[in-house]
Amino acid sequence: MKKWVRGIYLPLILLFLYLPIVVLIVQSFNAGVSRARWEGFSLRWYKELFASPQIMRALYVTLSIAVLASIFATILGTLAAIGINSMGKKASSAMLTLTNIPMTMPDIVTGISLMLLFIFTKVSRGYFTMLLAHVTFNTPYVILSVMPKLREMNKYSYEAALDLGATPSYALRHVILPSIFPGITTGALLSFTLSLDDFTISYFTTSPLVQNLSTLIYSEARKGIKPTMNALSALMFVALLILLLVVNRRTSADHK
Amino acid sequence: MNLSPFGIGLIVFSGVLFVFLIAYGFKVHHGMHRSIFSSPYTVWMILFTVVPLFLIGYYAFTDVNGKFTLENFANFWDSNREMKRQLIGMGFSLEEMGMTARGSVNVDTLVYSLKMAFGCTVICLLLGYPAALLIADRKFKLGPTIIILFIIPMWMNFLLRTIAWMSLLEDNGLINSLMTRLGLPKLKLMYNTRAVLLGMVYNYLPFMVFPIYNALSKQDVRLSEAAQDLGANNFLTFWRVVFPLSMPGIVSGITMVFMPSVTTFFIPRVLGGGNTEMFGDLIERTFLTADNWNVGSALSLLMMVLILMSISLLRKVDPEGEGGSFV
Amino acid sequence: MKKSKITIIILILLVPLLFFLITKLVDSKKPEVTEAPQATATATVQATEIPQAQEVVNVFNWEDYIDPAALKLFTEETGIKVNYMNFTTNEDMMVQVRTSEGAFDIVFPSDYCVERLLAEDLLLPIAPEKVPYVSGLMDWLKNPSYDANNAHSIPYMWGTVGVLYDTTRVQGDVNSWSVVFSEDNKGEVFMLDSIRDSMGVALKYLGYGMNTRDPMELKAATDLLIAQKEAGIVKAYQVDETKDKMVAGEGVVAVMWSGDAQYAINLNENLAYSIPEEGSNVWVDAMVIPRSAQNVDNALTFINFMCRPDIAQMNVEYISYSTPIQEVVDTLGEEYQNNVAQNPSQEDIDRCEFFHDIHDFLEVYNTLWAQVKNAKAQ
Repeated sequence: MKKWVRGIYLPLILLFLYLPIVVLIVQSFNAGVSRARWEGFSLRWYKELFASPQIMRALYVTLSIAVLASIFATILGTLAAIGINSMGKKASSAMLTLTNIPMTMPDIVTGISLMLLFIFTKVSRGYFTMLLAHVTFNTPYVILSVMPKLREMNKYSYEAALDLGATPSYALRHVILPSIFPGITTGALLSFTLSLDDFTISYFTTSPLVQNLSTLIYSEARKGIKPTMNALSALMFVALLILLLVVNRRTSADHK
Repeated sequence: MNLSPFGIGLIVFSGVLFVFLIAYGFKVHHGMHRSIFSSPYTVWMILFTVVPLFLIGYYAFTDVNGKFTLENFANFWDSNREMKRQLIGMGFSLEEMGMTARGSVNVDTLVYSLKMAFGCTVICLLLGYPAALLIADRKFKLGPTIIILFIIPMWMNFLLRTIAWMSLLEDNGLINSLMTRLGLPKLKLMYNTRAVLLGMVYNYLPFMVFPIYNALSKQDVRLSEAAQDLGANNFLTFWRVVFPLSMPGIVSGITMVFMPSVTTFFIPRVLGGGNTEMFGDLIERTFLTADNWNVGSALSLLMMVLILMSISLLRKVDPEGEGGSFV
Repeated sequence: MKKSKITIIILILLVPLLFFLITKLVDSKKPEVTEAPQATATATVQATEIPQAQEVVNVFNWEDYIDPAALKLFTEETGIKVNYMNFTTNEDMMVQVRTSEGAFDIVFPSDYCVERLLAEDLLLPIAPEKVPYVSGLMDWLKNPSYDANNAHSIPYMWGTVGVLYDTTRVQGDVNSWSVVFSEDNKGEVFMLDSIRDSMGVALKYLGYGMNTRDPMELKAATDLLIAQKEAGIVKAYQVDETKDKMVAGEGVVAVMWSGDAQYAINLNENLAYSIPEEGSNVWVDAMVIPRSAQNVDNALTFINFMCRPDIAQMNVEYISYSTPIQEVVDTLGEEYQNNVAQNPSQEDIDRCEFFHDIHDFLEVYNTLWAQVKNAKAQ
C-alpha cells in the first residue's frame, strides 16, 4: 500500500516543485522578448547570454561569493560549534541566543544594519563587504547544523584520546571532525544555497559596480527581465542537476 | 576615521588574541581550552551583528534630529500618528479636516503577515511531513536521490521562479489556458491571498522537508521494530515511536519556515498583485519610499522581538536545543 | 602538549588573517564593467588616440536605458571608458547617491529627484557652453519648472502617464480618468503601485494639482482610491509587470508610463494609449553631475554626446520612450510624430504637470497611501 501512496504523492509534490522551473526553461527558448507572447523557438537568448560581459561578471561574483562565504562560514561555524559545545550551560545558552539573532532578523534589517555599519566605519562597499555580509548570515546555519552532531558524539572520546597520548590537535582532527563531518557538509551546503540566491542583503552591502545575479535580475525588472536570464537559469539548473546526481551516485556507491 | 580592510583585519586579530589571553588565564579543565575555538566567532558576531543592531536601535529610539524619543514605536499602534503630528506642526486642524482617526495599518499588516506565515508553516508541515516520511523509508532505494531533487529548485533564482508562477497562474496564464481548452471555467488563481500562500509554500517547502527527512533517516530502526514486536500496529508505531522521535526535525523545520515567511516581501507584490502588503513590503516602503529610517527601524525591532519570543516559546517545546538538527 | 596548544592557537588566529588577505586580493582585482572598444573601425569616426592612462566616466542609470551601441561609439570616439551601473528605483538611487561619495560622475534621476538632490546641494551646475548640443532641446524643455534653465540637469528621455486600454474590451470614455474608476471595468483595472502616480491620477481626476500640500485634497484623493479598491474595480497594483500582462490580455485598462505602453502596443495590436482630458503627469529623466564626481570633464563630454541628434535617435529607437531633441522628432517621421505615446501634442503636454519634490509632505502622502493599500475589496 505504501508503494502506491508513494508512487502518487511524491511525483505530485515533485511536479509542484518543478512546474515553474519547466516554465522558466521553456521561456528561455522564446524567440520573442515578452513572456506573454510565444513567438517561436529560438536560441538567441543563449547567444546573447554568452556575449554579455555584464551577466558573466554577475555570475562570477555570485558563484565566487557563494563558494568563499561557504568555506569561511563553515570554518568559523565549525570551530564555534566545537567551542560552544564544551562550554557550561549558561555560556552555551548565551552563545546560542547570539547565534539565533541573525536568523530572526529579516533580510532588509540585516542588509540595512550592515550598510549602516559600513557607512559609519567608512568602509567602501563592494565585493569585500558583500562577502563579509554573506559569512555573517551563513555562519549561524553552519553552527546549527554541526551542534546536533557534536551532542550525539560520545563526550568522552576526546578525553579518551588525550589520555591515550594524542595531542589536542590530533584529537581534534581524528576524533571530533570525522564524527561531525555530515553536519559540516550539510552546513556548507546550506550556506552555499543561501548565498547563491540572496538578494536583499547583497543589495545593501555592495556597490552598484559589483552585482550578483539576484541584484542584476532585480534591476532588470523595471524594463522587463529579458529571457537571457531564463537561459542562464536553465543552464545552471542542468549543470547543478548533473553535478549533484553524479556526486550522489558516487557517495552512495562508496557507502555500499 | 578611514578604516581599510586591513585595519579591520588587525582589529579582529587583536580582538581574538585578547580573548585568548583571558581564556588562557582560566586554566581550569580540559573543556575550557576548547571553548576558545568559539572566540573568533564571538568577535565576528559582535562586529557584524551586535554593533549593526545597535545602529538600528539608535535610529529606532531617535527622531529625525537625533533626539531621544519613543514616538517611532507609538507609530506602530496608530499608523497615522506621525502624519497627524506633522500636520499639527504645520498648523492644520485635524478636527476640521476630519483626520483624527487612528490608523491600524501597521497592526493589520503585522497580523496579516503572522497569519500568512502561520498558514504557510502549517501547509508546509502537512505537505512536507508525509513526503519526508516516504522518502526516508529505508526500503526506498531512490530516497537519497529524491531528497537532492528537493534542494535543486532552491538554487534557481527566487525572482525568476516567482515570475514563472505568474505565467502559470494568471487569468490568461498556462493553467487557465488549459482549463479553457478543456472547456472548464477559468479559475481566479492570482491577485489574491491564495496565490501568495502558494508562492510562500513553494518557496519554503524544501526547508521543512529537509530537516524532517534528516531526523527520520537517523532514527534507530530497531525502536520501531521493537514496538511492532510488542504488538503495536503500523499506526501506533508511527504515532508513539516514530513521530515523537522526529520532533527535533519538526521544530527545526518550523523554525526555518516561520521566521523568514513573516518577512516575505516580493511574493505578495507579484503574486498578490500588490493588493495586500505584508510586513516585509511595509518595512521596505518605510525605509526607501517614505525615507523614514526612524520608524522603519522601530518597526523592524518590534518584528524581531516578536519573532524571538515565538522562537523561545518553541525552544520550550524542545528544551535540549536540538531543534537545529539537520543531519 | 604545550607545543600543540600553540599550534591550535596559531591556526585559529591565522584563519581571519588568511581570510582578509584573500578577499583583499579579489577586491583589488575590480571587474571591468564596460564592453571593450571593438577593433573594427567605423566609417565616420576619425581614429582617436586612445590614451594609456584610461579615462573613465562612471554612469549611474536605469538598467538597459542607453543603447549599448551608443556607449560603444562613445568610447571609440573619445577613448573614455564607460562604467555603467544600475539602480532599480529612484529611491534606491537616492540612497546610493547620498551614501557613496565620488562613486558616480553622471546620474539619471527623475525630475522630482533632481529637485531633491538640488535641495540637498548634491549637484554641480552645468554650464551650457560645455554642452553645446543642448541647444537642440525641445522648447518646452528648455526651462522646466523642476530646474530653472536646466542649470543642473539636462533632459535625457521624457514621457507621460496615461491610460493603456484594450480597444476591443474597454468600456467608457478613454479620454477621461473616469475609465479607471468606472464600475464598467470592474476587476480589470491595473493601477500603478507608486504613491505619486496613483495619488496623482486621483488628484487630477478630482481637479486638483499633483503636487498639492492641501491635506483635504489629499484626503479626497485617498477616499477615491479606497472606494475604487473596495468596489473591486482594481485587479492589481503593479509597476513593472503590467506591460507584459496587458500584452497577454490580462486586463482591460491600465495606468501606465508611455514607454511601457509603447512596448505593449508593439506586441499587441488591440492596445492603444491616451492622455486623459483632466490632465496627467509628464516626467523627465535627466542627467546630473554629483558634486563629488571625480571625472567632471568626461561627464560633460558624455552629456553632450547624449544630446547629439544621431545618438539621441539611436537611444529613442532602442528604448521606445520620447526623445527631448527636436531635430530627432523631425527626422523620425510621421509614425513617431503621430504616436500619442511617443510624441504627444503640445496640447497634451500642456495639460500635464511635472512631479515636484514634496519631501516635507512625504509622510502625509505615504500614510494616506498606506491606508489605500490596507483597504480590502468588499
